[in-house]
Amino acid sequence: MNESKNIDYLTCLFKSLPAQSNSSTFQDTLPEDPQLWIKQLRAQAIDEAGQLKWPTNKDEEWRFTDISPLTRLPFKPAQAGYVPDLSEVRPFFIEEMVNRLVFVNGFFAPELSSITHENQLIIGNLDTLATSHAHVISAHLGQYAQFRQNLFTALNTAFLHDGAIIIAPRNTVVDQPIHLLFVATQAETTHYPRCLIVGDDNSQMTVVEDYVALQADKSSAYITNSVTELKLSANAQIQHIRLQRENLNAFHLANCAVSLDHASRYETISISLGAKISRYNLNVSLNAKAAECAIDGLALITDGQLADTHTCIDHVKPNCTSHQQHKCIVDNDAHAVFNGKIIVRPNAQKTNSSQSSRNLLLSNKAQIDTKPQLEIFADDVKCAHGATVGQLDKDEIFYLKSRGLSELAARNLLTYAFGAEILNNIPIPSLKHTLEQTVLNQTQSH
Amino acid sequence: MISKNNQTLLNVQNLHANTQDTEILKGINLTVNHGEIHAIMGLNGSGKSTFAKVLAGHPDYIVTQGNIQFEQQDLLALPPEERAQAGVFLAFQYPIEIPGVANSQFLRLAYNTVQSKRGNDELDPLEFDDFVREKMKLLEMNPDFLDRSVNEGFSGGEKKRNEILQMALLEPKLGILDETDSGLDIDALKIVAKGVNHLRNEQNAIILITHYQRLLDHIVPDYVHVMEAGRIIKTGGKELALELEKHGYDWLHNDQQKNAGVSV
Ligand SMILES: Nc1ncnc2c1ncn2[C@@H]1O[C@H](COP(=O)(O)OP(=O)(O)O)[C@@H](O)[C@H]1O
Ligand SMILES: [Mg+2]
Repeated sequence: MNESKNIDYLTCLFKSLPAQSNSSTFQDTLPEDPQLWIKQLRAQAIDEAGQLKWPTNKDEEWRFTDISPLTRLPFKPAQAGYVPDLSEVRPFFIEEMVNRLVFVNGFFAPELSSITHENQLIIGNLDTLATSHAHVISAHLGQYAQFRQNLFTALNTAFLHDGAIIIAPRNTVVDQPIHLLFVATQAETTHYPRCLIVGDDNSQMTVVEDYVALQADKSSAYITNSVTELKLSANAQIQHIRLQRENLNAFHLANCAVSLDHASRYETISISLGAKISRYNLNVSLNAKAAECAIDGLALITDGQLADTHTCIDHVKPNCTSHQQHKCIVDNDAHAVFNGKIIVRPNAQKTNSSQSSRNLLLSNKAQIDTKPQLEIFADDVKCAHGATVGQLDKDEIFYLKSRGLSELAARNLLTYAFGAEILNNIPIPSLKHTLEQTVLNQTQSH
Repeated sequence: MISKNNQTLLNVQNLHANTQDTEILKGINLTVNHGEIHAIMGLNGSGKSTFAKVLAGHPDYIVTQGNIQFEQQDLLALPPEERAQAGVFLAFQYPIEIPGVANSQFLRLAYNTVQSKRGNDELDPLEFDDFVREKMKLLEMNPDFLDRSVNEGFSGGEKKRNEILQMALLEPKLGILDETDSGLDIDALKIVAKGVNHLRNEQNAIILITHYQRLLDHIVPDYVHVMEAGRIIKTGGKELALELEKHGYDWLHNDQQKNAGVSV
């Protein structure tokens, strides 16, 4: 990819930055603008984005994932205004979930959303809450997802206009899971979803972050550039389920930054099914003693798809635990990438960390690059990691055949099981069932 | 249970099998009639599990000589799934775990596959649930095992019971139990033995592979065979197991030298 194209692309993006455009949200700046802090944040991000280069395969972080096709698609930011019919979006709703924020092309769609005001939970879109809850939101927004080294986080922040905000105050236990549904409808645009999730001391919640596209746009390309920030204070717990089911021409670039305080627990399951090229960066910092995280991932891809997951689990303080299990099922000429970095800082004694990367190739054209990356600077730690790449286990196939199953039925069942193992931990039955069906459909050959 | 008009169920003649260019089975001869129970004993590494897996059709082993007749069929010509459908069942020494597949789903799939191949009706999930729970009662298994992944996190004894449960569902003509007793405490052993005894009848037969007499107290064999280095070196009645228990396998060598040519 050549340098001038790169500059063209970024120049083109900058021209469309809302700060310089006539976007209504930011137009009528009053002298005492209650959202001034957002503008300042964006201004910083614009500056940073201007300094950062478009990543290429020469960058270690992007070695296996070539995103040069994106530079040929100078997609303008998506426009607000279009709201699809409820009937079009309803198929993506999750039965059990009554709390739902829907964003269309990155813009909040109150008509499609539903919020039960439970407890003291602060939930809504940034544009609405930025004024009424400026103090608490500004304390967190942009604090965890570092745009200093990451072009896509910088661009997302530069284009920041709206987003999902969930703040669970101290001791709040949110019984109902919350669905954050991001719907793409516009071809040849870029949209910039943004989430901020904060769990104060002793709070508990379950959040599903979900990226989908409407049927009509099946053949059209668009770019999702999303950023999620998640902060848990002492003893807080969250289950964070992330579904990437974009259409198969989409480009999905996502960053998620998680900051964990004392004895907090972060559990996540991320499922990548869609997009032509997807990249998910998950950075988890265990910033205080006894914090825990359990990180599960599944990529299920085929036909020219590329799914790249980069995780970084940073053990900053002692006595923390991290368990990670990442699986890829790769069919036809698809390509999966997993890079799992685990840092154990010198002070982080008694760290207990495990990582497993298991990969199933369903075709001999399928490709997988998996790389554990352990950077351990403390001595009294327990760190286990393992990676396997391969076909199905022949003893497992034999076991099933010895019970009467045909070779094909045995293979199909084991392939399904390989993926379903990750889905087992999803606490929402209808969602689990839907995903099991997806895995079933995509793993069964005839 | 040696019945009067015995028909041959399994006839193994001069069976030789290799794995990775090493000969493991070196000429096994064995005839099993309907209604019989045969015990196969022998030291570790003598080839008992290999023999069991060759009967079930494991692809790791290549049969180089000999043949196996199962009723009217040439067993070696059948792939493993057709052997299972024809009525061969191996309860594995080390049952594998299949995370992600619910035990109930697996059991029903196996049951329905075998039933339809035998020309019988399949059961829908509800019918099957009732059916399998009945069978589980017999083995005093907690129905919770239906919802768990196949063998995942099961104790050694629970895995063995799950094997016998599969045997109860698939109703094989020939059940081969490879060290089903190891890892079972005495209570579990009695339950498993009760289950096996319940399943046996004039039409089927069982091969019990075991190290220990204690299983044979509960499932009484008609014949006891001793394997060594890939062959059956001695065959006797149930009292042979008691002798072995008393004297150990070395006794057999002395005994054999003394009575060369008497056995087999
Ligand atoms: N798949 C295999 N690959 C290599 N060697 C094997 C394999 N299976 C069995 N063997 C060897 O064959 C011999 C008999 O093993 P096995 O049948 O398991 O004995 P037993 O069940 O009587 O203890 C042993 O020496 C064992 O190491
Ligand atoms: Mg054995």
